[in-house]
Amino acid sequence: MLTEANRRGAVPAGGGTPPPSAIELRHIEKRFGAVHANRDVSLSVSPGSITGIVGENGAGKSTLMSILFGFYQADSGEILIDGKPVNIGSSGAAIALGIGMVHQHFVLVDTFTVLENIMLGAEGGPLLRRGAAAARQEVARLEREYGLGVDPEALISALPVGALQRVEILKALYRRAKILILDEPTGVLTPQETDQLFRILSALRSRGTTVILITHKLREIMAATDAVYVMRAGAIVAHRRTADTDPAELAELMVGRKVRLTLDKAAGRYGAAALVAESLSLRDERGVTRVDNASFQIRTGEIVAIAGVSGNGQSELLEMLAGIRPPTSGRFTANHREVTAETPCNPAEMRVIGVAHIPEDRHRLGLVSAFVASESAILGYQRDTAYTRYLLLIKQILMRHCAMLMERFDVRPRAPMLRSANFSGGNQQKLIIARELAREPKILLIGQPTRGVDIGAIEFIHRQLILRREAGCAILLVSVELDEVMALADRILVMCGGRIVGDLPADEADERKLGLLMANAQGREASETTAVTAIGPGS
Amino acid sequence: MTGAQTPLPCWVDIVLIPLANVTLAFLVAGLIVLAIGENPLLAIRVMIAGALGDSEGVGYTLYYATNFIFTGLAVALAFHAGLFNIGGEGQAYIGGLGIGLVLLAGGRYLSFSVLLPLAVLAGAGFGAAWALVPAYLQAYRGSHIVITTIMFNFLAAALMVYLMVNVLIAPGSMSPESREFGPAAHLPFIHDVLASIGIKLTGTPLNLSLVLAIALCVFVWLLLWHTPLGFELRTVGHSETAAVYAGVRPRRIIIIAMCLSGAMAGFVGLNEIMGVHHRLLLNFTAGYGFTGIAVALMGRNHPFGIILASILFGILSQGGTELAFTIPTLTRDMIVVIQGLVILFSGALSQLSRPWFEWLFSLLQRQAPAVRGA
Repeated sequence: MLTEANRRGAVPAGGGTPPPSAIELRHIEKRFGAVHANRDVSLSVSPGSITGIVGENGAGKSTLMSILFGFYQADSGEILIDGKPVNIGSSGAAIALGIGMVHQHFVLVDTFTVLENIMLGAEGGPLLRRGAAAARQEVARLEREYGLGVDPEALISALPVGALQRVEILKALYRRAKILILDEPTGVLTPQETDQLFRILSALRSRGTTVILITHKLREIMAATDAVYVMRAGAIVAHRRTADTDPAELAELMVGRKVRLTLDKAAGRYGAAALVAESLSLRDERGVTRVDNASFQIRTGEIVAIAGVSGNGQSELLEMLAGIRPPTSGRFTANHREVTAETPCNPAEMRVIGVAHIPEDRHRLGLVSAFVASESAILGYQRDTAYTRYLLLIKQILMRHCAMLMERFDVRPRAPMLRSANFSGGNQQKLIIARELAREPKILLIGQPTRGVDIGAIEFIHRQLILRREAGCAILLVSVELDEVMALADRILVMCGGRIVGDLPADEADERKLGLLMANAQGREASETTAVTAIGPGS
Repeated sequence: MTGAQTPLPCWVDIVLIPLANVTLAFLVAGLIVLAIGENPLLAIRVMIAGALGDSEGVGYTLYYATNFIFTGLAVALAFHAGLFNIGGEGQAYIGGLGIGLVLLAGGRYLSFSVLLPLAVLAGAGFGAAWALVPAYLQAYRGSHIVITTIMFNFLAAALMVYLMVNVLIAPGSMSPESREFGPAAHLPFIHDVLASIGIKLTGTPLNLSLVLAIALCVFVWLLLWHTPLGFELRTVGHSETAAVYAGVRPRRIIIIAMCLSGAMAGFVGLNEIMGVHHRLLLNFTAGYGFTGIAVALMGRNHPFGIILASILFGILSQGGTELAFTIPTLTRDMIVVIQGLVILFSGALSQLSRPWFEWLFSLLQRQAPAVRGA
């Protein structure tokens, strides 16, 4: 076993015999048919350190971690844990070796309590009660040690997202994880919650846990890690001590060329209001108010961004404005068309009046994964007579149209006959953006434009949005990435619990101010959700 | 986690894997024949000779295949809209009823050229109407289409028994059959058509509805992949949320898809009632609606694949009859076994042989760069 002293060292810094690595991967190779997902990957992670792995989407980070967690088997190569070669055939084997994983999408049972979720799969015998008592004790001990701040008796459905993540960490610790892998852990957190997560991670580190942090956010790498590996096209292209590098260098290593992390945009030239919302409200099927009395307007040539922790009504607002859901009360006017509960407007009509919608969830809404690219490239405009002759959709026209979009918006590969699902996330997004922007909409609704999109594509997408803004388009941007909001927006609205709680010009906003507005919102939302859950079973 | 699939050339997916599946099914069937104590090679020779050996066998095979094309298309079309239409049997039954009613009413007064379009409309209309109720219940009430269409099969059967026994039975007849429609209401047999241009063939039930079946395949192919409606239909089938985003109303699509599906199933009546029996009777659908599910599955819900699968199932039906005749120990049940195995291997176990091909192709791919490198 390792000594405490050995565990402390962050990155082995020459001199003396370095301790065996907590994890060492040697020459890992993995192919999926023609796709070379991991090529000759070797890395070593010092015990008791936080190591970041960055890379663009499709760089092979997830495959690598899946191999480490036993989901896939490497074609060749070796895995060493604490210096001993191991064979990880399943996630069960990984857990037995002390590896814990916190997935990007939480895997928790909503209707169970925190404790029940923690025990799930580790019940400790056929009778629950004895196991539960032991588990409760263990969880209390972990709580004392790491201060995660989770009530073991709380129902999962009543907890805010940040707490769910801590439950996942607790789950891993309960299974005696000495190595904790976090896959894009901050996507759903406020800046304050992110800070809290990093505090927890450093508490874990100080007690000897080894942490691997997979992320595409360079700022987080800089803030939280001791060392960082950069992956590109399946291979490790660089290994740096975090102290010796900076975001610009990492971005360049990830993309393989110089990337501009800042955005130039001219001063706004605003025109008349193109989209006006007055007291818009939306109640969902269960009677929960999702959007509460929202009023705002967007002028032509203006980008208005909505910041907020996801799940605070931004998605619903966007869908309402796109015509997918009719408002419960209130009204909005888009290009002189008034939409109310009595006069709803379906998405097809919204497109006709020049409203384009780039949805948050491109897999569920934006495209059909099973369609080839040239079909996804007309989704929503399939009735446009430009694509038909004698009522038939003409393949050549679709192909030409798709090829044109791909050329203009740099979608790679330029393959109109490739299935949409086989494009990388960034290229799928570019295809959707191409489809919508090529129509030169007067109003653009866009949600999470760069979620799961690599840095190179982010830069491109942002430039396209700025171009539309300069062309006089009124843009509503919903994003959970504060960097993005602040880089693009002319005006920023902050949403919480369905309400708009802040409205400020972009140049008066800073991360702290927005974070506080969002966090306030989070507190209120959490208590509201609890209230709803409390009423739920009775009603 | 989903296991990543290795991309294979598309001809492997479309041709090689289905072929391997059918071969596997026949191998297992051969083992069963062996266990019964007969020679599997002899059995397969009898079957193929019976189904394809002469013009009579081919005629019967294609006659069965016609029904399978209709019901296979019905299942496939609904499937593309994400609906599992199990009700082909009932829709075919009621479609046949519609055709029968038209021909009973007009068979003695109207000419063939008037009767044919009326019969086609009636078959389509009645089949569609029988599918409309489950479609409405699915779209607006959330009742699962699988359950409702199964129930509608029973309703159709009960309704037909009632009508045939109490209402439509020919006066003075002991069996529940209607009277003959009259000579103007016969869909010409292919052997008659060919005889008129000088080609003499043995008489078989194969009739002109085969032409309609082939035309429908082209229609479905155009509809699904070359019209905005088909685009919307497939969008709903793949992702209802994406369909809503695209301004498509899924409920409307569910209704349209099911009605089209029911209409196609209804054409079984054209083949059976107008083409062969020339009177209304019970149980003329003989399970074609259910076999259509297997046909669509095997044909991968593509009209061209459905034609091939229909011919295979036609061979099984006709060859099976010959088999039972020639080798009495191999009854018609053997054919049901083979059908079951084909469905098992091409449906439930359709990916069984895939890893073998993936392995084969990864070997080939690995060798190719090595050769290039050298």
